[in-house]
Amino acid sequence: MISFEDVSFRYSGSSPWVVRHLDLVIDEGELVVVVGPTGSGKSTVLAMINGLVPHLTGGQIAGEILVGEQSTLTTVPSELASLVGYVGQDPQAGFVTDRVEDEIAYAMENLGIEAVAMRRRVEDALDLLNLHDLRDQPLTTLSGGQQQRVAIAAVLAASPALLVLDEPTSALDPGAAEEVLHALTRLVHDLGMTVVLAEHRLERVLPFADRVVSLSNEGEVTVGRPAEIMASSPLAPPIVELGRLAGWNPLPISVRDARRSAPELIEKLRAHVPAPPVHDESVRRASLRRVDVEFGALRALDEVSVELHEASVTALMGRNGSGKSTLLSLLAGSRKPTRGSVEVGGREPVHLSPDDRIRLVGYVPQEPGDLLYAQSVTEECSTADAEHGLAPGTTAAVVRELAALDDTSLHPHDLSEGQRLSLVLGIVLAPRPNILLLDEPTRGLDYEAKRRLVAMLRALRDDGITIVLATHDVELVASVADRALVLAQGELIADGDAREVVSQTPAFAPQVAKVLQPLRFLTVDEVRAAL
Amino acid sequence: MRRDRRPHALAWWLWGIGLATAALRTTNPILLVGLGTIALAVGWACRSAAPWGHSVGVFLRLGLIVIALRVLLQLIFGERLPGHVLFTLPSVPLPSWAAGVSIGGPATVEAILTALVGGLRLAVVLVAFGTVNAVASPRELLRSLPAMLHEVAVAITVGFCFVPEVMNAMARVREARRLRGRPTSGLAGWRGTAVPVLEDALERSGQLAASMGARGFGRAGAPRAPWIRRAGWACSVGGVLGVVVGAYGILAGGRSVPLPGVLCVMGAVLLWAGLAAGHRRSVRTRYRPQPFGLRSWATALSGWLAVASFAIVTALGSHAIVWTPYPLAWPSVPVIALLGIILAAVPIVLVDQSTPTVRRQAKARREQVSA
Repeated sequence: MISFEDVSFRYSGSSPWVVRHLDLVIDEGELVVVVGPTGSGKSTVLAMINGLVPHLTGGQIAGEILVGEQSTLTTVPSELASLVGYVGQDPQAGFVTDRVEDEIAYAMENLGIEAVAMRRRVEDALDLLNLHDLRDQPLTTLSGGQQQRVAIAAVLAASPALLVLDEPTSALDPGAAEEVLHALTRLVHDLGMTVVLAEHRLERVLPFADRVVSLSNEGEVTVGRPAEIMASSPLAPPIVELGRLAGWNPLPISVRDARRSAPELIEKLRAHVPAPPVHDESVRRASLRRVDVEFGALRALDEVSVELHEASVTALMGRNGSGKSTLLSLLAGSRKPTRGSVEVGGREPVHLSPDDRIRLVGYVPQEPGDLLYAQSVTEECSTADAEHGLAPGTTAAVVRELAALDDTSLHPHDLSEGQRLSLVLGIVLAPRPNILLLDEPTRGLDYEAKRRLVAMLRALRDDGITIVLATHDVELVASVADRALVLAQGELIADGDAREVVSQTPAFAPQVAKVLQPLRFLTVDEVRAAL
Repeated sequence: MRRDRRPHALAWWLWGIGLATAALRTTNPILLVGLGTIALAVGWACRSAAPWGHSVGVFLRLGLIVIALRVLLQLIFGERLPGHVLFTLPSVPLPSWAAGVSIGGPATVEAILTALVGGLRLAVVLVAFGTVNAVASPRELLRSLPAMLHEVAVAITVGFCFVPEVMNAMARVREARRLRGRPTSGLAGWRGTAVPVLEDALERSGQLAASMGARGFGRAGAPRAPWIRRAGWACSVGGVLGVVVGAYGILAGGRSVPLPGVLCVMGAVLLWAGLAAGHRRSVRTRYRPQPFGLRSWATALSGWLAVASFAIVTALGSHAIVWTPYPLAWPSVPVIALLGIILAAVPIVLVDQSTPTVRRQAKARREQVSA
């Protein structure tokens, strides 16, 4: 179906190679997951399949790529539209029309498919992805999972033989991610389509994969069944690490596989269940009392009361749009509650002066890049010092503690997601606030970057900082949070020890907890310590 | 083929342009109020349940502001028209070369009425535009543009989406910077906001281009022979000239409509032919095109009945269409003109309100609000 023969690519004659001597064959009717650390060229490889690289991006390419019978080096993407369906990282940014039905028809209009056939295919696409009730909805009113399904339907309607998706579930909550992945498996199993996708969150996609293509930063490529690749892959989801630790053979890929091998391990661990940690709740840092937030008729938060204590990590969980970001914005002082009171360090955060606020609350927005604008990391740090009234070099020192940024003359835009997050974290932490708020910090991070983030957050907590994270990432919550709050439609439906909350709800349970039920283990590290 | 349950978007635009033309051809306040009322009534009765359905109210408010502004400007800066003095504002003497402009001075009933009528004409045009926007989204119109204008239509559609996106990004970045105590105003603030917003915008454009390309946008058709393209170019230029001169003739309020009208139509036909000839043969098809049926024709024509009725009244030798406050008298109302205006409300009867789409949209909206 797809073959790469000795393909190399770089964006310009002087820049480093993004892909080097890649040989790869993908057969028909498979769900293939492309894995690899940040910077290994996953997105580039995907975009090569329908010719966006090099036709849209420019650059220097060598070798030969064949999709079906056609070479993507000589055929432009628009001519490949009936063969390859491509869905980019942010489906919303790719929408051309404003209504679900029109968006689905768009590709077929371009291909000149006749009206009757077009009508039928739109209905088919709506059926396949279960979008019937949404057909007349404006695209902007859809949830993240719905948008992703519309984007898939929109390329599917042109009946391509091949579907390429770049990180289809990264921005989604666990429920919405399931929704999208089930739709994809249905396409593979019922229609025999070939699906190629790249994803950082392996724990989500691996159970569905037929084959895995593993790219390394050194340009090595290995292709094989998930269990084979995972046996030696440096990037592995918790379930695989658990399997390696317990010496299970074959290596489990899904919770079901692992449960089958688990009884022995469960018996062995029964006596070593980690004791529930004791939280020191003596020093209160912030509190919300019976807080309501309303946007017109919409109630974003409904009578929420929370107290936050010193040296704790609190995770905010819940579906997209359940009020997580609103709660963070109250603590950050960018919004006033409609009713109720918010207190941070004994004061109302909205009324703090900017100078006082940055010394009290540090806030890392969902797009850390929003705070960056200088030409280099060094300049970014020195401007931060000047703006925050700190001694020159303070910010740079904090950033150095957090991340090994070898080359501080780099433009912030050229940093990896993980490095950029560390830089912003450093800027935010330099004035020494004792409350740190993070909105979806693991978006776009690979396992290695995530591990570093977890270590960083633990160290900050041990220094006495109060941390609040809004996140969909249950594995992050399992490895770092002491306490978890779950929001649903603005109401606080669960509040308690993270271990309790996370293991009670199947949607939020991390893989290790699902496997070792009923024992309350959350992470591989805990299991390792107990053995 | 679908039955045309609602008039075509293009029909609505023709209807609106007809109403606006009528408003610009009369200075009779009673006829103007009639036109405005009809436009509001149609807008209220036929507006769509989608977000743009609120535009009637927005444009009505805008119209009222225009009237007030017009009167205010007349009182302060306007030409001093003779007549019954209502009150006198303190005046500033201006040199003789500033004839026609004055500051302050006596305000006459005639002057205020002239300004009121002038404002009213613009207000009616605005309300007609608001109504058209409320019943047919501009995107619906763009979708029904001929294939040769497809690229232009896509560019405009993308613009519609892009502006709110950039505004969102701007608000997000400013908020993040404000919380950091980083400046949001001044040179540093401007740079700090603009850099991330522009990066974001560029990134989005790239993704949009990728998504459009991947879905077959810009597939090349076969180019036409050179002489056809040259002829097409000549036709386009001639067509634009015809439309411009014709439209000026109609709107300048001359006595006759037929000649400029014919010029306008001929220009439009020429322009169409020119664009068609210059364009590559397109492979595109259209999903569920809205048919231009009887309802649409009736809607489009009903908007122009008022213009026709005004022409008839004038042809019959009456001066009732053009009213001036000299002598200061109640304007007379010709029955034919009134009838023409009332008939512009025909679309209210034509729109089938029970269309499933309309109901579903309304339901979806209600659910959205209750959620």
